[in-house]
Amino acid sequence: MKSLILKEIDELIFGSLGIIIFISFFIGGVVSIQTALNMTNPIIPRTLIGFATRQSVILEFAPTFTSVIMAGKVGSYITSSIGTMRVTEQIDALEVMGVNSLNYLVFPKIIALLFYPFAIAIAMYVGIFGGWVAGVFGGFSTSADFVQGIQMEFIPFHVTYSFIKTLLFSFIIATIPSFHGYYMKGGALEVGKASTTSFVWTSVVIIITNYVLTQLLLG
Amino acid sequence: MDQRGYNYYKLRINTIITRLMIDVNKIEKSFGDAHILKGFSTCFDKGKTNLIIGQSGSGKTVFLKCLLGLFSPEKGSISYDGKTYANLSGREQRDLRQEMGMVFQGSALFDSMTVEGNVMFPLEMFTKQPKDEMEDRVNAVLKRVNLIDAHHKYPSEISGGMQKRVAIARAIVMNPKYLFCDEPNSGLDPKTAIIIDNLIQEITKEYDITTVINTHDMNSVMQIGEKILFLKNGLKEWEGSNKEIFKTDNAAVTDFVYSSELFKKVRQMYIEERN
Repeated sequence: MKSLILKEIDELIFGSLGIIIFISFFIGGVVSIQTALNMTNPIIPRTLIGFATRQSVILEFAPTFTSVIMAGKVGSYITSSIGTMRVTEQIDALEVMGVNSLNYLVFPKIIALLFYPFAIAIAMYVGIFGGWVAGVFGGFSTSADFVQGIQMEFIPFHVTYSFIKTLLFSFIIATIPSFHGYYMKGGALEVGKASTTSFVWTSVVIIITNYVLTQLLLG
Repeated sequence: MDQRGYNYYKLRINTIITRLMIDVNKIEKSFGDAHILKGFSTCFDKGKTNLIIGQSGSGKTVFLKCLLGLFSPEKGSISYDGKTYANLSGREQRDLRQEMGMVFQGSALFDSMTVEGNVMFPLEMFTKQPKDEMEDRVNAVLKRVNLIDAHHKYPSEISGGMQKRVAIARAIVMNPKYLFCDEPNSGLDPKTAIIIDNLIQEITKEYDITTVINTHDMNSVMQIGEKILFLKNGLKEWEGSNKEIFKTDNAAVTDFVYSSELFKKVRQMYIEERN
């Protein structure tokens, strides 16, 4: 089981770091540019660019936006890999051997995705760094203003709130696609359909959970 | 008691005397309104290759999945060595399944593992043997199924016949008491199919296990059918051996087994020769 969990951490978390870093960097950059372009009033301080980037990235873009992307990447992988095992009778083979197939296939994924908040922490850093690069090298803000903005009125609970969300999202990303893969029926075409359905449902549940948690924790 | 009932009880008593292994008693299974298995009884003997034949939709696969414990029958019971499956606890059922080996129609090998990994999988899951002992055992069973140079290949890199051999090796690696095969030679050329049939029969004798094979292949029926169970519409229509199937007057069996003109002529010649 230990080796299975390590394998899943490698595939689900380390395998996703590239896309997470890429998306976070550019999203942070876009948030920074958009904020700067919308600050037409000269009395608004330029530190707001750093402040808005930090708040947007930590509160929403890193945990929620990245999780929707992960629902597509990791969720589809989970559904299609388990679904293919169902179609090709590999799950039946596990059951016949006396292996608890649900535990063998799904539990390591749930444990592996407990490491997902570490990936989101990286997304937060990279997102803010992307905002700094876009803001400073795009000529929208000075480095000092941006860094001052990042440090302005920082509420540590926002990070806690973000990680609470991420933990719940990781559970959703592990379980909903597993359900769609494990209980699917049919052939190869249905594996594709199950992947699509699982992505839709995972995204919907993430969005609704995000709303409910925000209301509960920050409302 | 009619002739069919008499034959059944005669066979059952004989089997009890000669080490009964799998005993099926009035088994019934439905899916919604579809009544697939309609209450028949049979038994499968140790050290013999038992074949289940019948037309598509006759209930063969459902019956095999009931034998494997993948489906639970609504009525009736299945006993293994006197232990009734339905009466066992979840843990005991799992333990019993570890005594079963299964060769699936599509081999059902794990795509992400090599041949060696596939065969070693049950050992890794259920034994605490040192790695070198497991490797020795894997080498022995792979050698037994005549697969020597395929250890590090993936299932997608080997032929259908080789995949079937790997599936057989994986099924016997834990020294099972019961071996189940679902159409083990489907999709194989006739020569490879006979090699696989013979291999299964040799292993059955060598390991003294109860082998149950679900098949459509008439070559298998004639070659290795020590006991043949013919299912029709979810009921047992006939049972006997590959020698008896030549002589049977059961119209349903002869229509199914000797469906081609060639087979009909062969049967006629056989009967004339015997007379």
